[in-house]
Amino acid sequence: MTGTARAARTAPAAGPSQQPGGQDRHAADGPVIEASGLASGYGGKIIWSGADFSVGAGEFLTVLGPNGAGKSTLLRMVLGLLPPAGGTLRVFGGPPERGNPAIGYVPQRRALDPDLSISTEDIVGLGVDGHRWGVRLSRRAGRQRREAVAEALAAVGAAGYAGRAVGRLSGGEQQRLQLAQALVTHPRLLLLDEPLASLDLRSQQAVSQLVADLHAEQGFAVVLVTHDINPVLPVTDRVMYLAGGSLCIGTPAEVITSENLSRLYQADVEVITDSRGRVFVVGLEAETAHPHSPATPPGAPS
Amino acid sequence: MIGTGTITALAAQVPGFTPGPGWNIIADVQDMLSFTFMRNAFAAGTASAIVAGLVGYFVVLRQSSFAAHAISHIGFAGAAGAVLLGFSPVLGVAVLSLAASGAMGVLGKRLRGRDVVIGLVMAASLGLGYLFISLYTGNAQNAYSILFGQIFGITTGAVLITIGTSVIVLAILIAIFRPLLFASLDEEVAQARGIRVGAIAIGFMLLMALAVSEAVQVSGVLLIFALLVAPGAIAERLARRPAAALAISGGLAVLITWISLALAYYTPYPVSFYVTSLAFAGYLAARAWTAWARRAGRARRPAPVRRGHRDAGVEAAETATVRT
Repeated sequence: MTGTARAARTAPAAGPSQQPGGQDRHAADGPVIEASGLASGYGGKIIWSGADFSVGAGEFLTVLGPNGAGKSTLLRMVLGLLPPAGGTLRVFGGPPERGNPAIGYVPQRRALDPDLSISTEDIVGLGVDGHRWGVRLSRRAGRQRREAVAEALAAVGAAGYAGRAVGRLSGGEQQRLQLAQALVTHPRLLLLDEPLASLDLRSQQAVSQLVADLHAEQGFAVVLVTHDINPVLPVTDRVMYLAGGSLCIGTPAEVITSENLSRLYQADVEVITDSRGRVFVVGLEAETAHPHSPATPPGAPS
Repeated sequence: MIGTGTITALAAQVPGFTPGPGWNIIADVQDMLSFTFMRNAFAAGTASAIVAGLVGYFVVLRQSSFAAHAISHIGFAGAAGAVLLGFSPVLGVAVLSLAASGAMGVLGKRLRGRDVVIGLVMAASLGLGYLFISLYTGNAQNAYSILFGQIFGITTGAVLITIGTSVIVLAILIAIFRPLLFASLDEEVAQARGIRVGAIAIGFMLLMALAVSEAVQVSGVLLIFALLVAPGAIAERLARRPAAALAISGGLAVLITWISLALAYYTPYPVSFYVTSLAFAGYLAARAWTAWARRAGRARRPAPVRRGHRDAGVEAAETATVRT
């Protein structure tokens, strides 16, 4: 909570997005995220700036861009962990605040210690009362916690391994468990940072389908950060493409075009669509091409 | 001041002492606890073992066992310096390890992956401690015992300080239990949920320094790993629930200390040797047990309940990629 961030938020809220896409649902609920002239960066360094956009209630937004383009910093700003470097950002109509239970967050996953034998239930339970001081004493709180955890695990299809040690779960299973932990507070906004990274192709499809199903059932807005648009192409309403210090937002067809991406990257870029509708961006370094098969190097900034 | 190591010489001075256990365990325990130094050793050993076990579980979860090791070595310079200046060595350990852990906590993430820096500070501190010992003209046994433990030499006053410190550490641990657990298991989500993970990290490092200062009396700075890390590592492998893990970790630390004290009472070998050996043996047993249980569990476990048909192939694919 710095003074500069608070001062910056007093400016008027942003209008509707430049290129509104197919997010007609929940339009009456008011935007979940509104950014106006928003800039991202830290330590005096600006990563991107001049962003005007809003995310509607119940909308599915996919955030794309190369490593270091400032995708994760956007999520950190929405979570209130990082002040905007400029412009205004409003979340649920107010300034971003830390610890908002209306936001579920699934960070980029590191591999868990395989020896960690704590049960899946307990990890998900941290989402219920892990932020409270002291120890849980009341029986009623314990029962409510168990019920909330069971419900969240069932929702992500993880009820079968509720009692299993988290260290022994597969990558896809751990991703479900993370989702359950984020959903246990019934958020109105779900932030997912690279949920598909380091999963095999079929798990990628399963996880993105699961997120889409939950999004349709529970009606929360989704902001999903990914390198590769293809697994989420069928389910996303709009995409935001971050590159070269600025961004572009709209439907996939509007944003992922050769002209747009060439302008963002300030280089010759070609977008190719194959017979099954999958898009490929070529003419870039191997690192930023889609689909992104090699895994992100551990600890790489994003 | 009674030194570390064998107590046979000490106990032999007492009339009526018969070395070696008999067949009557209760009589043996009564015999053992008839000595003030044994009662003090059990009291201080138990108090510091509980704290070492509970804090140690979080040390393992937070993967900061190297930091715990380093803090105890930095504490050695404090112990030697305190002896040189005429203070209690444990006080010296406490002061320097609190300072070192506070600095590590503040530096936090910037120290991650900086094992070389921590290691060099640790080595420099050991060297400094050695200098202090060589400068000290009195009984060097006092400083030497801080390296390997001195539980049989503990005074009644020190026992009370140890118990008091344990009570304080336990109270703080209970107060910050859930945020500490959350931050230890999943720092990023914990931070997003509003937990001040930086403050928790500093607070935990200070608790760790206090636990180290207490455990140093039992195992010494060189062997602290055994009491502080082994029970936590065993608990991490065995327990599904955090509460059970803490019970296992604390219980094992106490059990190891009790058995070691009793063995050292009846044999001419030092307590800290038994502590380290039992801790290591326990860890090996836990590894063997989990390896066996996993193999048995894989053979026995029914197919996992799946959400829908679309997941079945994925689960199979994951199983194939992960388990190979």
